[in-house]
Amino acid sequence: MTPAIELAGIDKSFGAVHANRSVDLAVMPGSIHGIVGENGAGKSTLMSILYGFYEADAGEIRIGGKPVSIRSPADAIGHGIGMVHQHFMLVEPLTVLENVMLGAEGGALLKGGAGKARAELTRLSEAYGLAIDPDAVVGDLSVGLQQRVEILKALYRGAEILILDEPTAVLTPPEADALFALLAQLKAQGRTVIFITHKLREIMAITDRVSVMRRGEMVATLPTADTSPPALAELMVGRRVLLRVEKAPRAPGPPVLEAVGLDVVDAHGVKRLSDVSLTVHAGEIVGIAGVAGNGQSELLEVLAGLVQPSRGAIKVGGDLLPPHRRHPARLRELGLLHVPEDRLRMGLVPSFPAFESAALGFTGDPAFARKAPLGALFDRDAMVGHARALMDGFDVRPPDPWLRSSKFSGGNQQKLVLAREIERRPKVLLVGQPTRGVDIGAIEFIHRRLIALRDAGVGILLVSVELDEIMGLSDRILAMCGGRITGERRADATDAQDLGLLMGGVSEAA
Amino acid sequence: MSAPIELPRWADLALVPAISVAAAFVVAGLVVIGIGENPLTVTRILVTGSLGSADAIGFTLYYATNFIFTGLAVAVAFHAGLFNIGGEGQATLAGVGVSLACLNLPFLPAPLLIPAGILAGAAFGAVWAMIPGWLQATRGSHVVITTIMFNFIAATLIVYLLVNVIGRPGSMSPETSEFPVNAHIPTIRAVLGAFGIDQPSTPLNLSLLLALAAAFGVWLLIYRSRLGYAIRTVGAAPGAALYAGISPGRIVVVAMTISGALAGGLAVNELMGAQHRMVLGFTAGYGFVGIAVALMGRSHPAGIVLAALLFGALYQGGAELAFETPTITRDMVVVIGGVLILFAGALEGLFRRFVARSLAFAGRRVKEA
Repeated sequence: MTPAIELAGIDKSFGAVHANRSVDLAVMPGSIHGIVGENGAGKSTLMSILYGFYEADAGEIRIGGKPVSIRSPADAIGHGIGMVHQHFMLVEPLTVLENVMLGAEGGALLKGGAGKARAELTRLSEAYGLAIDPDAVVGDLSVGLQQRVEILKALYRGAEILILDEPTAVLTPPEADALFALLAQLKAQGRTVIFITHKLREIMAITDRVSVMRRGEMVATLPTADTSPPALAELMVGRRVLLRVEKAPRAPGPPVLEAVGLDVVDAHGVKRLSDVSLTVHAGEIVGIAGVAGNGQSELLEVLAGLVQPSRGAIKVGGDLLPPHRRHPARLRELGLLHVPEDRLRMGLVPSFPAFESAALGFTGDPAFARKAPLGALFDRDAMVGHARALMDGFDVRPPDPWLRSSKFSGGNQQKLVLAREIERRPKVLLVGQPTRGVDIGAIEFIHRRLIALRDAGVGILLVSVELDEIMGLSDRILAMCGGRITGERRADATDAQDLGLLMGGVSEAA
Repeated sequence: MSAPIELPRWADLALVPAISVAAAFVVAGLVVIGIGENPLTVTRILVTGSLGSADAIGFTLYYATNFIFTGLAVAVAFHAGLFNIGGEGQATLAGVGVSLACLNLPFLPAPLLIPAGILAGAAFGAVWAMIPGWLQATRGSHVVITTIMFNFIAATLIVYLLVNVIGRPGSMSPETSEFPVNAHIPTIRAVLGAFGIDQPSTPLNLSLLLALAAAFGVWLLIYRSRLGYAIRTVGAAPGAALYAGISPGRIVVVAMTISGALAGGLAVNELMGAQHRMVLGFTAGYGFVGIAVALMGRSHPAGIVLAALLFGALYQGGAELAFETPTITRDMVVVIGGVLILFAGALEGLFRRFVARSLAFAGRRVKEA
């Protein structure tokens, strides 16, 4: 059978970075083909070349056996390739119909085109069972429905080959299941799907064949049925990795962080948290499960003193905090430390050398100051030495305290932030998205560290959109939806389905 | 989808600015050809006029002193993410502070009166910059807008003050009485003369050393102190500042205050060092050129000192040029300065890409060979 798409010897460099090294890939028509690899393995570059964002330095693209030249997304669309980006390319104030037509209006006047588009949209919706109102405003739709609009957009333009880039990152488990059902239907109709992800569970669930990339090279292409998650992980990283870190049961100690009835209202007057109460005990990991944007970020911020609650009380180590002590610097003194969700915006200063980022939040440490009359000045040797020690302890690479923070990979930036907070011996640690954008190898390391910290008696509040991570690390799990806590489970007495319902807002009372 | 262009440090600090300056002179040369003059002759006059004699060097350094102060003022605010356009107004108010101190404390000996004048100038400039900083921090009023408005307020306020309040009684021109002799900052000529070294008479005075000390102080502050760390964090990553427990509002006010105090140095050099009285319009645009100096010096004190020397030379050489070649007026010199600002500031990205490509190409050639 002729492959639907064939990439032969694709090579691409950005300056000194060799992003794709002579990559070959053949995708069979009517199949779902998964592409996995760590961050920076070259998946996105390869797909960008296929979709015409970049031009390859060398190599050939063949569609249906014929060599083609794809120099722009318009060329790609012309060859029947559609792409659904991780971050949607939708105009929120416009309707579904208007979004689908955008760029394919069919004339200067909208009227004629709109009629045809409406008919075609209805036909597509019916063919695939996509219940979508063409006149709904896209901004009002849920994330899962917005993704359907993206897929409709591609189908409307006649896409025979659909590329999905990390499509499940923003979905609840039930929404992801709905997506998989849709992809299966597209496949049944003879369309070809390329599915990029780093979640091995999804690869196993829906793909027919899977290709693994590592450091710009295509290291393997296998029938999915012949492989397993551990085998894929090993191919991705190049060594054996533990996907789930073992942890021993441990009896939790006294409460170290308590929140009672927290409400948070944002600058626009919108209520982001309502009536959130939780307790974290010493030696316990409490996971917050939820789809991104359901109040987890606000919860971390209010507990870290970055925003003030409009109602409610917070206790740290058993002491009730008056408002003036709910300040990041005061909370640090109490042993409440915070690994923020967004390391580039908050966790470090991208333009600073690593040793300065390694002091963020702790510049008042007397160890960093010069002797008495020059106390306002830094002792740079001490700062650099401190950073070097952190880097050694957490295997940050390259171990160069002078390197600019932005030049480290995501995983190494995260290790630096974690090292900074963990080495300060917290009593309570708030952790947001500890492994977002982090390679599998580094994930294992970070998980081990968090569990070691728990075993040492630290109370950890873990917020993550990765359900596997929440279930793997936590002792107790709280699910959030719409700014409320919708349920609590012991980690050993729940599963993804159960949590998915809670995350979707089906609360226990209902 | 363009990533920021990364260059080796030496290229960032030396090569790119050098190419920018060279390109600016090429374009300025074309303008000179356009009005029918020989650019080589013009360049010769510019160079000898600014650096060709002890006299010329004195004037160049005197102008450079002004630019160091105003450039540092812009840079400190810039590190906090603020664009302080108000150097003119802050220096004008600093002139009021200098004048009040020098005219009201004539009984003090020079070693006390001169520091008093400097401190009064710094304090007045600081307050004039602090107000926009405070408005930005508490009300969100953009500092670019408010500092420009404060320039206008300062310009009219000073006319009122010089005509009605602190002006020399009986004078037809808006100026104060002459400062007492013990408020005059000694000239370099006087200081060197004491060691038997003869120098021509120029307005160059010990304020130059104050400016260099200020540059060193700003370097210590920004790159070596806790306060400077906080200032840079607020400027580079406001979210990280909040996370670290740094109050951005407080840092905005503090950075603007320091910035205004530095702009006050312009009044010290001009009034206490050279003119010995306060006159209308003594700031003469140095405050605005400070923006270009800071841009060109990449907000680093060492770069600012070098950029200030360049602009000082351009000012002094330009004055000579206007004198020697009648077709080239002082306005023409302003054009050259403008082209320089354009290339060093706004168009700097143009050459970064070119330099990055050339270096990559050279690197490949070396590897292949």
